[in-house]
Parts: sequence; C-alpha cells; structure tokens
Amino acid sequence: MMQLDKSIITRLREIVGEKEVLDRKEDLIPYSFDGTAALKQYPGCVVFTRTTEQVSRVLKLANQENIPVVTRGSGTGLSGGSLPSDQCIVLCTVKMNQILELDAANLTLLTEVGVTTLTVSEAVDKAGLFYPPDPGSMKISTIGGNVAENSGGLRGLKYGVTRNYVMGMEVVLPDGEICWMGNKCVKDVAGYSLKDIFIGSEGTLGVITKVLLRLIPKPQAKKTMVATFEQMDRAAEAVSAIIAAQIIPCTLEFLDRTTIHCVEDFAKIGLPLDCDALLLIETDGHPSVVTEEAEKMEAICRENGCKEIRVAKDDAEATKLASARRTAFSALARLSPTTILEDATVPRSELGHMIRYVASTAEKYKLRVGTFGHMGDGNLHPTFLTDERNKEEMHRIEEAFEEIFKEAIRVGGTITGEHGIGVAKKRFLPDFAGQAQMRVLREVRKALDPKGILNPGKIFDPS
Amino acid sequence: MSNLSSCTPSPSAQSLPSTGSHLKDLDYSVVQQCMHCGLCLPTCPTYELTKLEKHSPRGRISLMRAIADDELEVSKSFADEMYYCLGCLACMTACPAGVNYAELFEHARAEVESKQVLKSPKRTLIRQFAIGWLFSDQRNLQFLGTLIRLYQQSGLQSLIRGSGIMRLMPKRLRELEKMTPTIQPRFSNELLDRVTPPKKEKKYRVALLTGCAQDLIFSDVNLDTAEVLARNGCEVITPPEQNCCGSLHAHNGEWTLAQGMARQMIDLLPPDQYDAIITNAAGCGSHLKHYTGLLKDDPAYAAKAREWDQKVKDIHEWLGVIGWDVPEITPETQAKVTYHEACHLAHGQKITAQPRQILQSIPGVELCELPESNWCCGSAGIYNIVQPETADLLLQRKLDHVETTGASILATGNPGCLLQILNGARERGLRMEIRHPISLLAEAYRQEKA
Ligand SMILES: Cc1cc2nc3c(=O)[nH]c(=O)nc-3n(C[C@H](O)[C@H](O)[C@H](O)COP(=O)(O)OP(=O)(O)OC[C@H]3O[C@@H](n4cnc5c(N)ncnc54)[C@H](O)[C@@H]3O)c2cc1C
Ligand code: SF4
Ligand code: SF4
Repeated sequence: MMQLDKSIITRLREIVGEKEVLDRKEDLIPYSFDGTAALKQYPGCVVFTRTTEQVSRVLKLANQENIPVVTRGSGTGLSGGSLPSDQCIVLCTVKMNQILELDAANLTLLTEVGVTTLTVSEAVDKAGLFYPPDPGSMKISTIGGNVAENSGGLRGLKYGVTRNYVMGMEVVLPDGEICWMGNKCVKDVAGYSLKDIFIGSEGTLGVITKVLLRLIPKPQAKKTMVATFEQMDRAAEAVSAIIAAQIIPCTLEFLDRTTIHCVEDFAKIGLPLDCDALLLIETDGHPSVVTEEAEKMEAICRENGCKEIRVAKDDAEATKLASARRTAFSALARLSPTTILEDATVPRSELGHMIRYVASTAEKYKLRVGTFGHMGDGNLHPTFLTDERNKEEMHRIEEAFEEIFKEAIRVGGTITGEHGIGVAKKRFLPDFAGQAQMRVLREVRKALDPKGILNPGKIFDPS
Repeated sequence: MSNLSSCTPSPSAQSLPSTGSHLKDLDYSVVQQCMHCGLCLPTCPTYELTKLEKHSPRGRISLMRAIADDELEVSKSFADEMYYCLGCLACMTACPAGVNYAELFEHARAEVESKQVLKSPKRTLIRQFAIGWLFSDQRNLQFLGTLIRLYQQSGLQSLIRGSGIMRLMPKRLRELEKMTPTIQPRFSNELLDRVTPPKKEKKYRVALLTGCAQDLIFSDVNLDTAEVLARNGCEVITPPEQNCCGSLHAHNGEWTLAQGMARQMIDLLPPDQYDAIITNAAGCGSHLKHYTGLLKDDPAYAAKAREWDQKVKDIHEWLGVIGWDVPEITPETQAKVTYHEACHLAHGQKITAQPRQILQSIPGVELCELPESNWCCGSAGIYNIVQPETADLLLQRKLDHVETTGASILATGNPGCLLQILNGARERGLRMEIRHPISLLAEAYRQEKA
C-alpha cells in the first residue's frame, strides 16, 4: 500500500541518482509527519533534489503520471503543510543548501531554498547586515519553508514577516517550467506581483528553488528587558499602551505562567517564576533612540502594574533570553505528550479581550492550556496540553478551537497569523475567507496547477 | 566466563519485559514525549552529515515509536540505524521537550539484541568476546592489556610497523592496528594503594572508580585523580578489584549483563560508606548515575541503586562541590589550552562549566574556546571501531577546529575522546599534547614547593 509503482521509482532514480530516492518503510516513517501534532501519513517515496533542473524533471514526471508531490523543507510546519498525502512523492529540499551570492552593493542575498534560516541570518550578520525574520524554529527551518508559510518571528512587530524581505524567487511550476519572478530593483511594477502569490502558498502552487532576499543595515544598538506581571491581561494592557504611545519595539513577546515554568525548566536561565505573565521586550536602532524608548516602555510597564523589570546586561544575555523564548512551544511538551497550538491573531486593541476569552473557553471545556506568543503582533499561541490517545479530550479541543476562531473572526482577527492553513485549519477557512475569496483562491490554484498535483488537500479540499 | 556469577540477575529482574519487547514495555509517555518539532536536528552529528531524517533524533524516535505501536517489525535496517546513532546525547541537550533519548536508545538497542536481527556468527563471536568476556572482568582486560604491552614494549610493534607486513593485511585490520592504544606500563592497582590519605585536613571519604579502558590506557589519570582528591582533603579508597561499570553493555543492548555489573559495583562500593563515588571517565559517569532505572525492579537493590546514583560524581563536578585549591606556582610561560567536551560530560551529565573553571585556575594556562566544543569527536564508545567512516569524518571535523585555536594542549575528560583525538592528531602530525584536565591540575600541584 505504501509502495509507489516501481517504474516510477526507477525513473525518479534516473533523475536524481540511486541514493536520493527513499522507498523503504524504515526510510519513510521519519517523513510521515511534520511539526504538527497528531497527523500521520506515509508517503510513497522521498526524493532529494539538488538542482532546479532536477526539480523540474521530477515535476514533469509527476504531472504526466498524476502523482501528488508534497514539497518539504525541514518539516517543522505547524499546520500539517508538509504532511504527505497517500502515495505521494515527498520532494525534500534540504540538500539544496548553498548560499549563492551576498550582494553588499544592492543589499541582497541569493540563496537556495534548503538553507536554514539561522545560516542565512549568520552569514548576513558576518557581512555586517541584517535579515530580521526569526521564527522560533530558525535553527532548522528552511528559507523555502519560511517563504512558503510567510513565517513571522520574534521581530515581526517592527520588521515585518518573511514577505517583507523577498525580492525575487525562482519557482518550478507544476508542469516543470522554470520561472523567475522579481529582481534586485527596489521598484518593479511590471505585471502582477506574482512572487507575492507564491509567498504563503504552502507548497500548492509551485516549488520554490531559489530566493532573493532583501537585507537591511544592522541596528547599532539594542536593549533587551524582561517585565513581569501579576495578571495576563495587565501585560496585554501594557502592550496596547506601548503601541498607543507610538513606540514600535523590535520585540514584544509574551509567556504565561505555565510556559515560563516549562521554559525555565529547560533553559535554566533564571526567569522569574512567581508571576502570571512575562514580557520579553527588545528595542533596537540608534543608541539614543534605544535608550529613550527603553525608558518610556519601562515607565509604561510600571504604570500598568508590572512587578519587576530586568534589563539584560549584555548581548549574550539578550541572546539567551530570545533563544529561551524560541523554545516555548517545544518546552510546553514537558507537561503532556501532545501539544496542540493555535495561531489566531487579532487587532492589537483586542488583545486583552482575546486573552480572557481563550482562558474562559479553556475553562469551559476543562482544558489545560499554556499561552505564549508574539503579543506585539496580536498573535498569541494558546497551546492545549493533552494526550492524542484521549479521543474525548481531543474532541473538546476541537470544539474549543471552533469557538476561539469564531471569536477571533468576530473581532476582526484571522484564524492564522503565521502557521498557515495546511490541513489543520482548512475547515475554518471558508467561514473566514467568504465565498468570493474562496472562489478566487481556487481559481488561482486551478490556473497554476490544473491537475492539482502539488500538495493536494492543503488549504482546501481538492475540488 | 569467569566471575560472572554475581552478574546473574535476581529472579525478579531477570525476565524479559512482559510484552517481550523492550520498547513496548517502556512507559509509553517516554516514547510519546517527542513532539517532532525538529529543534534537535541541527545538533545531531549524523543528521548534519547526511541530512536524512532517519539519521536524526526525531527520525530515530519515530522508528522506535513505530515498533512500540506495532507498525514496524524490528528489522535489520532498524537495527543498523540504532547502531549508526552515536549515542552522543547532543539531542538531549537540545530538546526543550525533555525527551529522554538515552533511555529510548538503550531500550531500542536492547530490543535489537533480544530480537537478534543482526545476528551473524562473526558478530556473535566478537560480542561474546568483547562484551561477554573481555569487559566483564577487569582481569581479562588486564590480561589482554599485558599482551599488547608486550607487543609494544618488545619492539615487535615497531618491527611490524616498519617491516611493511601490515600492508599485506586487509585495510580494516591495518586501520585497527593503528588505533591500538599504548598500554600503560602499570595498571591502576599497581599504581595506587587501596587507601590514599588526604594531604590536608580530612573532610571527605570518597571511592575512586578506576574504569576499564581508563585503567589500561590512562592509569596515570587515575593516579592524578587520587592525588588531586587527596590534595583537596579527601581520603581516597581505590579497591584494586574493580570491574567495568556496565556502560558498554547497556549501550550495546546487553541489559541483563549491565544489571549484573551494576550489582557488582554496588556490592563492592556500598554507597552509604562514602561521601562520593568518583569517576574521571565521562562515558562511565553518565552510565553510573543511572543504576536506578537499571535495577528498579530488583527489590534487593532498588533502594541502594537510588543512593548510589546520588553519590556518583564526576571528578570535575565533585571539585566544583567541595572547591579546590589553586596551585601555588608561578610558571614562566603561558600555554594555550583548548577544551573538548566529552559528550557524556556535556550532554550526558550537563557538566560544562567546572572543567573550564578548573583549567582556568591553573597558573600558566590560557584557555581558548574550541569551536563546536561539544560536538562528538567520533569516539563514542566503540563507534570508531564499528562505524570507522563516520567516526573519521567527525574526527577530522574536530581536528580542523582544534587547529584553528592554535593551542598546544587539548584537554578532555574522557578516555575514549583522549584516545581518538590523540590518534587523529598523531596521524595529522599535529604537535600537541592531549591531556585530561585533572592531569594538568595534578601536574601543577606537583610543582608546588612543599
Ligand atoms: C518550535 C517551533 C517554533 C516555531 N516558531 C514559529 C514562529 O515563530 N513563526 C512562524 O511563522 N512559524 C513558526 N514555526 C512554524 C514553522 O517552523 C515555519 O512554518 C517554517 O517556516 C517551516 O519551515 P520548514 O522548512 O520546516 O518547512 P516545512 O514544514 O517542511 O514546510 C512548510 C510548508 O511549506 C511548503 N514548502 C516548504 N519548502 C517549500 C519550497 N521550497 N517550495 C514550495 N513550498 C515549500 C511545504 O509544502 C509546507 O506546506 C515554528 C515551528 C516550531 C516547531
Ligand atoms: S527529540 Fe525533542 S527536540 Fe527533537 S524533535 Fe523530539 S521533541 Fe523536538
Ligand atoms: S545521540 Fe547523538 S547521534 Fe544519536 S540521535 Fe542523538 S544527537 Fe544524533
């Protein structure tokens, strides 16, 4: 049942080489899931491509033979985006991992898609430049995955998300044709901005093979601090007040009591444990602005009932704090075998309300929850702590999700801020998007991939 | 097989797990703990080399879980995978979710052995020889050591190496011959008295474990350790008749033998009689601290094992607890020293600061950080013997980094790493010393004026 037709395997091997196609059960099991909880499906085979040309030939073959292709980076996605479909080819990009060009004159970086976000970030840093998007998974997530999910990170508030840094890309279309979109020009209005359709396309429109990234100068100074609060909604109010005071810090991250304890348990960096909410705040830029903003934010936090503020003494401590925050989601798994997180995002003025709503919903459905997230972006990740074998509780979680999504939509929010629809949230998309948008979404997909071979069943059911 | 009588498990602990499967019998929450976030992948040397999920912690755990879930049979390919893993435990340091990879890994290897999927006459013979006989009684190991010592001291080794005879041997054998460690002129029990009295006011009574390989190849490190302990107010008891701690057995799926070795150890050094039980070999220490899990179903030993685990201390860790005197010397020159973290010290026991502090406290030592200092050197127990290619890739990567430091001394706290890096450095013609941090400290103490 797991086996693809042998002749297909043989032809794939002719394209990429004998060893670059995996089809034994022991090789497939490790590719039967991504970072999303409770989803599992064996692929038909896994193929590693090294060149755009190979990707093109694999897609041509798949298109001819009507075989689904699921593109996979590092498989850290949180909506089931790279979850295989039955009998599919998993096209894994991690061996396409060369940085091709750092152009300091034009402030761009051209890279293959399998390079990890951290590698990009470090290479750019060495050249005295800055690539801001830094998802929690940056140590291992691929740039291709970041673009395909339009990932955010800890610095989204001030610097935006992946989309804001993509100037161009090379894409292989489902029929195997290779297409370049965008360039090094700061301005370009020739035709539709096609690259933008591929950003956040979750592997359903084409396979991205190269990305041209926009870089910016490195901020001269930064200041990082930790503020603690007795109550979650007081922290939310502090965040709203900071934004209302027209300060846009680089980072405004949030951890609740449960998450703080889990993160400290792992990272052992001396986080304050006796509070209900913790804000990680970072401001960067010109030294005098940094000082001024830090002082103002400190005052605002105090006005909003903050218990304690600690300023990181140096860069090393700041990095430690940010790294610890990045582990929040995984650290919550210390408490329960299955962690199901949610990604609803609301306008920042609604944050306090949404936090209370999530808490009361969790209580209503008798669920354990740990919450953390990008508070400055209005993007929280309430994470339900459960055991996937407990079917009854899993059902209650579904119901709680439904209510939370409805409420997020009601207050003008979205059902996913950065993790994508994938399979995990596709049920909720029609309600959110509305009929007209759903029609356009489907038509775009049909136009580019008429046979529907790329990542079928993601974002919406195949029509 | 001599002296294995006390290795016979007591009835309660002897039986195979109730399901007939080590992985199925393991508490499911351990198997289920991995939430497949992938954060461990970039720290796993075998994933980094191959970019294959199957060679990653997340992938390996998914295979183990598939076995526990009855989705996968214990196959040869599964078994090979479990032996391709270094057991370096870098994934445990990286994992925010607290996955107990060490436990999973030992159970998985035990599963492989109990299902006998790798069985071949040659492998059985080698395992019976090495694990069942050689490392089960230190006298056997010393006997072999004496033979090798003769081979080396009689000039036969130089003769053979010079004669070109080795070139006629199969490649693998040639490589192995090169790896043969130089055996120390005297074993620990010939170097060390049963009791080493403290050199200053006695504050603690500790037992010193001399290790198995350590005893043969680095018995001088044992002497150094005893001296350092004595210098810092410990009375050191070193029973001459010590055996292997069972780490080799447990890491290679020989659960029952490992349990026997553990009981022997506890009998030899009842933990209630010492303030601490000291080891200077990271690989042993990391195993020695986990007798509780090994003997939890044995009513006669369960409580003792818990106490034992509390008492076992790596030498660096113990010095961190009791404090150590800064050697009172004023050397004329500075030596650049770099520090390689043994996996089972850094990842297995989370001891990272103390060895560096000890080195830094030695006058004349300038400590320079080694890039990727906690990345496996490829030694990994007997990995360099069973997986020579991967081991060598890791060794070369390590040496590349070592060369960038410009250090004249590399310090590391594990005999396996010492030997691996020593061999590698020699092959490359690097002019540098490879030492145990405690040996450097002992040397400094020896230079103090009385
Ligand atoms: C601990 C943890 C923390 C996280 N933190 C964040 C965070 O802060 N912010 C955030 O936004 N996300 C976060 N994520 C989610 C996830 O890491 C991101 O979505 C990431 O971009 C996925 O990258 P990947 O390489 O793992 O892609 P995968 O998971 O392999 O794939 C993701 C999707 O992209 C598609 N895809 C991948 N590569 C290509 C390509 N070359 N061409 C076309 N389609 C492709 C796949 O088909 C799939 O639909 C986190 C995940 C974890 C486990
Ligand atoms: S072992 Fe830990 S870090 Fe690795 S994938 Fe599993 S949960 Fe994540
Ligand atoms: S023990 Fe080492 S080699 Fe094995 S999975 Fe963990 S990190 Fe990888």
